[in-house]
Amino acid sequence: MFATGLDWAAWAVAVPLVGALLAGLLPRLGPVLGLVFGLLTALAVAGAVMGVWHEGPVRAGLGGWDVPLGIALSLDGLAALMLAMTAVVGLAVSIYALGYLRSSQTRGKFWALWLWLWASMNALFLSGDVFNIYVTLELVGLAAVALTALSGGAAALGAAMRYLLVSLLGSLAYLMGVALLYGGYGVLDLAALGAAMEPDKVSRLAAVLMTVGLLMKTALFPLHVWLPPAHGSAPAPVSAVLSALVVKASFYLILRLWLDVFPVLTVPGFELFMGALGAGALLWGSLLALRAARLKQVVAYSTVAQLGYLFLVFPLMAVTPGAWQAVVFFALAHACAKATVFLAAGSLQKAAGHDRLAQLGAVMRKEPVTVFAFGIAGASLVGLPLTGGFIAKWLLVDVALQGHAWGWASLVLAGGLLAGGYVFRVLGHAFGRGSVNPDHRPVPAVMVWSTLVLALVSVALGFAGAASLELLALHGGRT
Amino acid sequence: MIPLYLIGGAALFALGLHALVVRRHLVLKVLALNVMGSGVFMVLLALAARGGAEPDAVPHALVLTGIVVAVSATAFALALILRVKAVTGRAYLPERNGDDPA
Repeated sequence: MFATGLDWAAWAVAVPLVGALLAGLLPRLGPVLGLVFGLLTALAVAGAVMGVWHEGPVRAGLGGWDVPLGIALSLDGLAALMLAMTAVVGLAVSIYALGYLRSSQTRGKFWALWLWLWASMNALFLSGDVFNIYVTLELVGLAAVALTALSGGAAALGAAMRYLLVSLLGSLAYLMGVALLYGGYGVLDLAALGAAMEPDKVSRLAAVLMTVGLLMKTALFPLHVWLPPAHGSAPAPVSAVLSALVVKASFYLILRLWLDVFPVLTVPGFELFMGALGAGALLWGSLLALRAARLKQVVAYSTVAQLGYLFLVFPLMAVTPGAWQAVVFFALAHACAKATVFLAAGSLQKAAGHDRLAQLGAVMRKEPVTVFAFGIAGASLVGLPLTGGFIAKWLLVDVALQGHAWGWASLVLAGGLLAGGYVFRVLGHAFGRGSVNPDHRPVPAVMVWSTLVLALVSVALGFAGAASLELLALHGGRT
Repeated sequence: MIPLYLIGGAALFALGLHALVVRRHLVLKVLALNVMGSGVFMVLLALAARGGAEPDAVPHALVLTGIVVAVSATAFALALILRVKAVTGRAYLPERNGDDPA
């Protein structure tokens, strides 16, 4: 009997979980376990994606226990694409981390936590009911905070503590929403809730609580203040995972809820409000990225800015219902590009021993491959042709123009110009004059090449737009 | 009787939120989050009793799972506070006024 897509998806959760347990018990074998279980997870994800591609969306209760007491798994095109995004970025980060993590203490803890985070994110993408989403959300949050605190310095610990408080508050707001929804409808299943949803006061309160809780975790402007210190002070592989994947996980939930459960609750002005927050994020994040003095801070504020694009999904969906597919493709392109940029920044920081932008020029000239990878991924962030970012912005502008939303279309283009400003501000240092830094430490080859490969993936994405949209069309929210 | 528990749960949630914002010591902030969590659990339990004679088992299962999650999260938070205190000498969040890209 052939395994179905859902069997593969269940393995995509179980495999990294087993890997995390083993890596926790045998910290010395962490790198080997991380690599082996990372590859196996990616294989399981490939099976799940092929399953959706051939069989369409599926859902089932784990172990034959159906809802309400069982754990429902649900796999459709959107979930499959998120699994794939996590697997591609996760593999590149795992290989990079082999070279990056040298101190045995950090290394022993990193692999268990990272595989745990990977398993939790996969479980989150596959959850079919609002309470299991709460549990996976909490697992993702705790693993992400632990990884942030990994380096153990005062800055990292403070940032991790703030991140933990925001994350727990967000989860509790979400859980209160779940309680209200169960009180109103007596079901937890996403599809059943979506079918029964009525625009009454309790449902609206639940939607507000859940959305605000998830917005805190997604760090949408003006709830973003915790993000730059956390993403900026974590070790580079962790920063890459946090910025590329973890914030996308809570965004995925916002999108999932507003696509499948809450659409009847929208009130006039709601879309505009969310879009305005997105625009605020785009402008404010970009301005701070232009001003930041340290390379990793530039990249972290760039994340604040780029998250703004994701929330254009609300105003764009109001004028073109299929707009969410363009936004998901943007999230995919951003994940690959942002992870590359953080990995490249980590390599430069390792080589120079610091990441003060003004003094990085000499080191950048000694690391041409890393700077090249930074440049390619930066081009994708800006949205220059031949990159995934270009196709993503093309799709966004296209859906905006289809709905005659000229304002949102020009905002997408203006955001690209601002991104160009901070990307070229960094790259400009590579072309300046100045003496070669005597403290330059060569970057391990495994870090250089894993970064470059991920950069090339963000170019290859430019040719995967049609396939991604076809996969997203297999949407199974309402079975 | 049941509205009383619902209102009590909501009040605990609001009280915890207030303390989380106002209190500055990290242990108090974590306690505030626990109070908020208890508020959510109380709302769930009130909803479970609503049906009549037989209480609904699903919210009870949710609360049990929620307690497990809350215990783990609290343990982790307390461990992190100990590290913050050991490294910085203070159990408070670092001073930070909004965005500071420097």
